[in-house]
Amino acid sequence: MKKIDILRSGLFKENPTFVQLLGMCPTLATTSSVKNGLGMGLSVTAVLMCANLAISAIRKLVPDKIRIAAYVIVIAGFVTIVDLLLKAFLPELSKSLGIFIPLIVVNCVIFARAESFASKNKVTDSIVDGLAMGLGVTGALVIIASFREIIGNGTWFGLSLFGSSYQPAIMAVLPPGGFIIFGLILGGINLIRLRGKADV
Amino acid sequence: MFKHLLVLAITTIFVENVVLVRFLGICPFLGVSKNTGTAVGMGMAVTFVITISSVMTWLVSNYVLDPLGLEYLRTLSFILIIAGLVQLVEMFTQKSIPSLYNALGIYLPLITTNCVVLGVALLNVQNDHTFEEALVYGISSGLSFTLAIFLFAGVREKLEASDVPQFLKGFPIALITAGLIAIAFLGFAGLQL
Repeated sequence: MKKIDILRSGLFKENPTFVQLLGMCPTLATTSSVKNGLGMGLSVTAVLMCANLAISAIRKLVPDKIRIAAYVIVIAGFVTIVDLLLKAFLPELSKSLGIFIPLIVVNCVIFARAESFASKNKVTDSIVDGLAMGLGVTGALVIIASFREIIGNGTWFGLSLFGSSYQPAIMAVLPPGGFIIFGLILGGINLIRLRGKADV
Repeated sequence: MFKHLLVLAITTIFVENVVLVRFLGICPFLGVSKNTGTAVGMGMAVTFVITISSVMTWLVSNYVLDPLGLEYLRTLSFILIIAGLVQLVEMFTQKSIPSLYNALGIYLPLITTNCVVLGVALLNVQNDHTFEEALVYGISSGLSFTLAIFLFAGVREKLEASDVPQFLKGFPIALITAGLIAIAFLGFAGLQL
């Protein structure tokens, strides 16, 4: 398989968040600001690449029956590493992402890639796949977080956009806003897709 | 003491609903909520597992990991405990309570990857809960999940028959519906406890 195809499928065609709808909990919980969304996305990317690498490397050694248990341990190990690194070097981000960093262990995106890609493909392809899927998640989280932060707080990445006269709609950064804005973004993507089909 | 635990339970079920406010367990919340019957079945299975797992993980964390200075193994050991526990519960109910097993059967294996279970276990440690608090927090988180998924399934049953614009059909409208229910739950934030 060509590397560029793997990249493209992770970023667009099979985007884990917008197309496959995997890993919804962190998607909704960490997108109240762009900073958190980006931090979460990059943490997921790091875990995905490492887990794909390790699982692809041991794919011929692990008996089929215990492969799920083996994946869990590999993934939990890398998540712990990321968790400790964040605590040590980015304590503020680690605090605001809270339990969602250790919860990457049960993120279905990582399981899905381990099971459907890394367990069947070469190590190099698997690393590229991890990078592509991870960046797909990161991009999606940053897009959702941009909408929420701009509408709900009037800022982007902490920078004020509209001056002090802007009255932010706080609802967008509260939990209900997360559900509604994500729903509307998915609806918007559907709308573009339906338009595209109608034209052809 | 009793009053304190009651307040903890009410806060967990209503004010800080695990699904609608804390965003835990969104996957089964969206996936297994097409009708109220299965939703309640899933809720019950989750409540059952969370209650046992929050007690077990509390014991392991306080009597094994902390004294030995192995806090960094927390995530790893918790997920193994939960996976093992789910397997054990499955075998136990299959042998001794077949009726319960048949009712919950298909949902049980799914619970391992439900982030409410691991989330509650981690929050118990993070918030320094005592044993009683961990037990109450476990049960009420399960009930909190059940309440949310039951309400959502009720709305979704009605949604099936309604005329939704083509581009919002399916997932988008489900998310917007969940958002509206979450707005209702924001009202509980004003509770004086």
